[in-house]
Amino acid sequence: MTFENAMKNIAIRANSISASLGNGIAKQQVLHGVSLDIEAGQWTSIVGPNGAGKSTLLRCLAGVLLHSGTVHLLGKPMQSLPQRERARQLAWLGQNETSADDLTVWDVALLGRLPHQAWLAPASPADHAAVEQALRATQAWDWRCRPLGHLSGGERQRVLLARALAVQAQVLLMDEPLANLDPPHQADWLDVVRALVAQGTTVVSVLHEISMALHADQVVVMVQGRVTHHGPSNEASTHAALVDVFDHRIAIHAIEGQWVALPKGPVRA
Amino acid sequence: MNNFLVRWLAVGGVLAALVLLAVGVCVGSTGFENLLTPLLNPLQDPGQTAMAQQIVWQIRLPRTAGAWAAGALLGLAGAVAQGLFRNPLADPYLLGSASGASLGVALALAALGGGAGMLGGGSTGSMMNGAVAVSVFSSSVWVRIGLTGAAFVGAVAAVLLTLLLSRGVGHTLRLLLAGVVVGVVLSATTHLVLLFTPDSLQAMQAFMLGSTAFVGWTSFSLMAGVWLVCVLAAWLLARVLDGLSLGDATALSLGLPVAPMRAALVAVLALATGTAVAQTGLIAFVGLAAPHLVRSMVKTTHAHLMLLSSLVGGVLLMAADTLARGLLAPQELPVGVLTAVLGGGYLLWLMHRGGRHSGGAA
Repeated sequence: MTFENAMKNIAIRANSISASLGNGIAKQQVLHGVSLDIEAGQWTSIVGPNGAGKSTLLRCLAGVLLHSGTVHLLGKPMQSLPQRERARQLAWLGQNETSADDLTVWDVALLGRLPHQAWLAPASPADHAAVEQALRATQAWDWRCRPLGHLSGGERQRVLLARALAVQAQVLLMDEPLANLDPPHQADWLDVVRALVAQGTTVVSVLHEISMALHADQVVVMVQGRVTHHGPSNEASTHAALVDVFDHRIAIHAIEGQWVALPKGPVRA
Repeated sequence: MNNFLVRWLAVGGVLAALVLLAVGVCVGSTGFENLLTPLLNPLQDPGQTAMAQQIVWQIRLPRTAGAWAAGALLGLAGAVAQGLFRNPLADPYLLGSASGASLGVALALAALGGGAGMLGGGSTGSMMNGAVAVSVFSSSVWVRIGLTGAAFVGAVAAVLLTLLLSRGVGHTLRLLLAGVVVGVVLSATTHLVLLFTPDSLQAMQAFMLGSTAFVGWTSFSLMAGVWLVCVLAAWLLARVLDGLSLGDATALSLGLPVAPMRAALVAVLALATGTAVAQTGLIAFVGLAAPHLVRSMVKTTHAHLMLLSSLVGGVLLMAADTLARGLLAPQELPVGVLTAVLGGGYLLWLMHRGGRHSGGAA
């Protein structure tokens, strides 16, 4: 099998990624040579304890953080891809760092279309359709005229999610997409992700809620800047790896056909 | 709905500027006098018409139009600065251009020595008469070109120093801090220079308070030309500012060339601020207040925000200039004092009004 063929089912191939955060003496290495293959058309969740380097890894995979090692996106080395082309193929939703309070919801979601728009060109009908579809999918359509600053935390998160969906990229990376979302909207998010995966989109998410992460097809377990396990979410070895990185302080149960991770509390008499 | 509002605000801004232009040319050392009637009816009294033409054409029109251009430059620079630093407290002077310009003027005054006062010549009816004679606003062309040039060179040099200290534009917080450091150090140096040249203290004060008193057609043309260039550049870069408001990483992930675009925005900011400061001195608050006034009226993208903020800045400075001349005529107030009082007062009012709904206005 040639290299090209081997890459066909791999959306993102990371090869010995190392990255540091901070400057000078405060500089700290966060990733220690991570190698990882993300399968195309699947949903992969990255989990691990706080400070394991999950968000940093996602940023490296998205090409928005300097790192050593190489990342291949859909078979091509990321460094050689023009920025705009990469932006059309890969969308990234970061943790809330926006200051776009004065932009309307519509304008924020429309920013997701930037990689598709020529410089200064007005939004095309395709852009309008993509933004409407994204805002409807996250149930943010009704607020399209409101400024982002007037929304609650969960509402903002849904608008930012719509912004990432509006890119309509083949690969979608999301960092804590469920932050501030109430349970019904978490369920809506699951529906959105399943629909995307059914269309062939590759989804990678960093989730701190393990029960949500176990809905994914694949689970990547990280601890201290290294990947310790990568496997299907319903396999016992994956569950064992999870319990292991959380110091055996969680237990994974099957409840009503779903995998649920619960913290181990004191046993009631 | 939003675009509709933006369009009407833009039309309103232009109309307000035109009305203020008409009012402004009628305000002089005797307070308000109707010069429009003799101007528009030349047959009634040719003598009066000729005099009105001279006053309006030679002095008041370039000055009033110059106030608009300087305000428009500062309003635009303020919107660029707030977008670039993602901070509603940012103002055009943040990169050190104000203190750089001050130092440039102080050094030029020191170099020209007390003799510069002789070159000024007498202008009448101004409260700052003595000061104005040796200042940037001196009526002697060569002194003015020298001091204006010194202010501009100082402003640009200060921004370059800030960029050098922050090691480029990659890190916004570092840029902001470097700007603050450069500002403080250059101000201190300015005061040190003034300590050894007490003769130029009055002239410096006039510069620090800002004045549109001696803006002629040359100054106005220069500011108008720079304004056109800056507005065009800002329009081209507006989407980058929108993208940056989602955070640097998101902007990068959207394929925006963040680093070169940010450098271009810093250049626009420095050019607009440096030009305004060199022609009119340090006019307070217009750059800070104008974008807030726009945001209190409409929530929109940076392309519209920058354009409207520029129009509002022009109107604000024009109104302040007209009041500065008319309020205590024949005496003239320093326009910088009025912009601070007017802009600050309105901003406070907005803040308290906005306080009811989660401080949305400011």
